[in-house]
Amino acid sequence: MKAPVSWIREYVDLPAEVTTEALAARLTALGLKLEAIESPRDTITGPLVVGRVLTRDPEPQKNGKTINWCTVDVGDANGTGEPQGIVCGAHNFDVDDLVVCVLPGGVLPGNFAISARKTYGHVSSGMICSAAELGLSGEADGIIVLPADAGRPGDDAFAVLGLDDEVIEFEINPDRAYALSLRGVAREAALAFADDGATFTDPARRATPAANADGYPVVLDDPEGCALFVARVVSGFDPSATTPGFIARRITQAGMRPISLAVDVTNYVMLEIGRPIHAYDADKLTGPIRVRRAAAGERLTTLDGTDRALDTGDLVVTDDSGIIGLGGVMGGEPTEISATTTRVLVESAHWDATSMFRTGKRHKISSEAGKRNERGVDPVVCEAAADRVVELLTTYGGGVAEPGVTVVGSVPTAAAITAPLDLPARISGMPISAEATIGALEAVGCTVTRAGDDLTAIPPTWRPDLNDPYDLVEEVARIVGYDQVPSVLPTPGAGRGLTRGQRLRRRIGRTLAGAGCVEVISFPFVGTAALDQLGLPPDDPRRRAVRLANPLSTEEPFYTTTLLPGLLRTTARNLGRGAPGVALFETGSVAFPGDRGQAPIYGVDRRPSDDELAQLMDAVPDQPLHLAVVLAGERERAGWWGAGRDAAWSDALGVVRRLAAELGVEIDVRSAALAPWHPGRCAQVTVAETGALLGHAGELHPKACQAFGVPPRSAAVEIDLDVLLAAAREVVPGPEFSTFPQAKEDVALLVDADVTVAQLEDALRDGAGELLESIRLFDVYTGEQVGAGRKSLAFALRFRAPDRTLTEQETGAARDAAVAAAVERCGAAQR
Amino acid sequence: MSGPNTDYDPVEVTPLKSEEVESARDAALAAIADAADLETLKQVRIDHTGDRSPLALANREIGALPPQARKEAGQRIGKARGAVNQALAARTSVLEAEHEERMLVEETVDVTLPTDRTPPGARHPITTGSELIADIFVAMGWEVAEGPVIEAEWLNFDALNLGPDHPARTMQDTFWTDPQDNGIVLRTHTSPVQARTMLTRTPPIYVVCPGRVFRTDEYDATHSPVFHQVEGLAIDEGISMAHLKGTLDHFATSMFGEGITTRFRPSYFPFTEPSAEVDLVCFVCRGATVVDGTDGPVTCRTCRGEGWIEWGGCGVVNPRVLRACGVDSERYSGFAFGMGIDRTLMFRHGLEDLRDLFEGDVRFTTAFGTEI
Ligand SMILES: [Zn+2]
Repeated sequence: MKAPVSWIREYVDLPAEVTTEALAARLTALGLKLEAIESPRDTITGPLVVGRVLTRDPEPQKNGKTINWCTVDVGDANGTGEPQGIVCGAHNFDVDDLVVCVLPGGVLPGNFAISARKTYGHVSSGMICSAAELGLSGEADGIIVLPADAGRPGDDAFAVLGLDDEVIEFEINPDRAYALSLRGVAREAALAFADDGATFTDPARRATPAANADGYPVVLDDPEGCALFVARVVSGFDPSATTPGFIARRITQAGMRPISLAVDVTNYVMLEIGRPIHAYDADKLTGPIRVRRAAAGERLTTLDGTDRALDTGDLVVTDDSGIIGLGGVMGGEPTEISATTTRVLVESAHWDATSMFRTGKRHKISSEAGKRNERGVDPVVCEAAADRVVELLTTYGGGVAEPGVTVVGSVPTAAAITAPLDLPARISGMPISAEATIGALEAVGCTVTRAGDDLTAIPPTWRPDLNDPYDLVEEVARIVGYDQVPSVLPTPGAGRGLTRGQRLRRRIGRTLAGAGCVEVISFPFVGTAALDQLGLPPDDPRRRAVRLANPLSTEEPFYTTTLLPGLLRTTARNLGRGAPGVALFETGSVAFPGDRGQAPIYGVDRRPSDDELAQLMDAVPDQPLHLAVVLAGERERAGWWGAGRDAAWSDALGVVRRLAAELGVEIDVRSAALAPWHPGRCAQVTVAETGALLGHAGELHPKACQAFGVPPRSAAVEIDLDVLLAAAREVVPGPEFSTFPQAKEDVALLVDADVTVAQLEDALRDGAGELLESIRLFDVYTGEQVGAGRKSLAFALRFRAPDRTLTEQETGAARDAAVAAAVERCGAAQR
Repeated sequence: MSGPNTDYDPVEVTPLKSEEVESARDAALAAIADAADLETLKQVRIDHTGDRSPLALANREIGALPPQARKEAGQRIGKARGAVNQALAARTSVLEAEHEERMLVEETVDVTLPTDRTPPGARHPITTGSELIADIFVAMGWEVAEGPVIEAEWLNFDALNLGPDHPARTMQDTFWTDPQDNGIVLRTHTSPVQARTMLTRTPPIYVVCPGRVFRTDEYDATHSPVFHQVEGLAIDEGISMAHLKGTLDHFATSMFGEGITTRFRPSYFPFTEPSAEVDLVCFVCRGATVVDGTDGPVTCRTCRGEGWIEWGGCGVVNPRVLRACGVDSERYSGFAFGMGIDRTLMFRHGLEDLRDLFEGDVRFTTAFGTEI
């Protein structure tokens, strides 16, 4: 809402010394938030004067354009009194029109300095200005043609254009629709300066002629949709009458464009009083006006030229010819005011806000009228607004008001709100007396009565947003002042701190960062292309994703089922920016559709039952928390210490093992084949105790690497953190260990190449028995000495007893038993 | 082990002859003093104290002496051996010290050599920032609540008094899952976590809910369709706006330092009544509205000379919300607040472009380390 300060002051007698900034600050404190103060003097310097066009000679140019060579009377403003020669590219003016000229020496917005310059074979001494060039509106649709009474040639155009008047732009919250008018802003300004004695004069308070039977016939079929319809008719209207300067200026200041007197007047009154008005060409109406809901299949071409299929929820205005308007939202073309209209019917009606919102949303119409109607307009001002329009049309359009006055329907009265008298004080936390509470509510227009410890308030007609006791709390609190709210810390009881899962997740993040991995956060959207790049087969469960109805990009319509695409893209981006290698990780939820039906929409007047809640929560897709890691390029740097090392499948497994160890989870690792991993270098990881699947780790498939633009042999991990967290050891049992000497035995075993280290290690461990303290593979050998299809694995076995020093015999026996088990179970031969 | 020194011919020392004992002792002492390094001294030790050294041999002969002579001879030899051992020990420690000193000099390295064999890891500032915020509230006795990001429409909107006609419930603002009428959205705020908390717990409730949220915004330097929010909810007997102000002041001061407090402006949110925008004292000019420029004081760019910066929204929980979530609104009142984590971090760390948080450039993230 843009409100010219001079217009605000018309309805509130603010002290003269109140600055625009002070006014804006106090209104912001009341809830009308300052967005900007516009002051044209900041961006324009003179001479900017009124000029009268004396001659206008169109001169076609070689480039196809036609320019106008004009002489303009600018009075004595040019120092000579002679006509000023100016080249102008616009054509929307004629000889004798009053225009706005900036003369050499002037500066326009954008630091555009004006000087006399040669152009198109003339010396152009200045410029005839458009509204856009003066920063008055966004569109450059020709130059400004001033009303004939705007001033005399040579007059300072700042005053004529209202450029001396500052404009405050406010952000108006949805609950304060009344402030979408000067009436409302001025009312708030009076509240803001009440202590300085400011009083409010209501522009909607005017004597209006009583309804009579001679008015234009109107029938309301849907009193809920349209509760009140006021119609007035002005006849003998001069369609060529121009808009008076003050109206054109003010609606321009408010951000709207002057169009024609009839339209400008309706907009002016909407800005002034807040009530949107529609004007019809009364001669084009046939038969009574009727307001009803649209029937299925009906259509209307609105005045923006759009042919619209109507919904049965849309409110329409009809006459005998059919539908003539989308009530409260937009009129139709046939009955629109035109350049030949001499009889104007003024409609000032009260529309149901919800219907207005739905119609606007359905037809994607956003207008100044709609903005007000859908938020709720003071229903009581319909007659005053219509009367004000009639007054302005007859004053400036030369017509007469017909005696007929139509008032059909009635407006509902606001329901009284009863609340404890101390509620505002209790809820705001401010020490507000009962008298101050009642005083504040009366100041905003409520009628308040007190009954014991309760108050009853009837909200004013312009405040349809006041319905609940807590609504009254906000009114009292803002009148007393939000800046008066004390700062008091609440005192909750002892908290439970972070949950175990929250603590473990922090630990996982630190562990990964400690392992040299950098965390990233990606957008969780994915498309078929990325799933193809991963090489997922058609039946892969990760291809069944939650689809968005309105995705950011149609290329990525799914909520992701895997974190790898985002990580791989970020990996490629980092490598592309020159990183020699990266290790990235991300934790985030992925989603799988549950196919458990629609989530119900319950009422809000009570808590849903436990069963209803269970049904609701069950319909929400499964969203496991995943962790993914990608390791690509250099993992250890080359340096003076020697060669570097690129990331490999083993780094991926290393990360998983490190995490598992950190959380005290024993895992089993076995080979698996799953996209996007290399089928021979992919490990499936499970929780040893339960067998629950944690996820996969290993080297990425060469095709996947290529598809995502990451180096060959890049490695990746993706695991389900919920599974890992569930398996995390809760309490670490105190370890027992012996201080007796350790006995060392190394064994090298020959096995077939397909025997895994894990299998052999298990056999050795089982065979060695209780005396075995640790076992660790320290060498793998393949080659001529062991023969094709065979490999040699060397293990370091460490024995220790809890209660004694082991004898050589004991150690040897344990070692032999271990080897025997390996021989038996894995076909091993000792080297 | 070095072999016996064949060049050395031990002189026989008669244990009773003091001059012979003394001369053997002196020879030993001289050799010890002459030893220039530990290797030489080792040989001197063998030669003069070893089994075949004169003093050792003499000592061995003591047993063959008549009993009356044994004592004197023993004392004499013992004294000489003592002197030699003492000198050996002293010389050893001198030579060892010299040796060590030389070694330490020789082993000098260039400590400016790089040591970055493995690159450092880091956690994302949004993660650590969320933890920092959580810790501020946990320290006050609050708890951290979480919930799904793909959420039931009823929990994201209806339960929070955003009715069917609320403007936010359009395709322009909210990501809907397909089909659009299945009642599932990408949550537009973390408020459904508050709703879930109220629905499943009984007051008092003090929870803070950090998390990822979605709105169909443009993606630019200050907006993102995916961003992070922290919301707080307190439900208890006697809760007022004063408690809200106290909590947010503490939060602001904890995040931005002493003197950075908050200001309330009336606003509108469906889930709170009264509602307020919460502004933060500008942490650059600290409310002074001007800062020092190169040519003297200039208007603060961060707050555009207002002294305050918009931080988030807050208010007293609307009793309609309490009712829908099964909280006795006669007995309990509550407050709620919410602000962008991303935005808060942009303030705190002077970030220029929101997109840096989501691009994943390791140079950006690594700068924040593992805690912020
Ligand atoms: Zn500042």
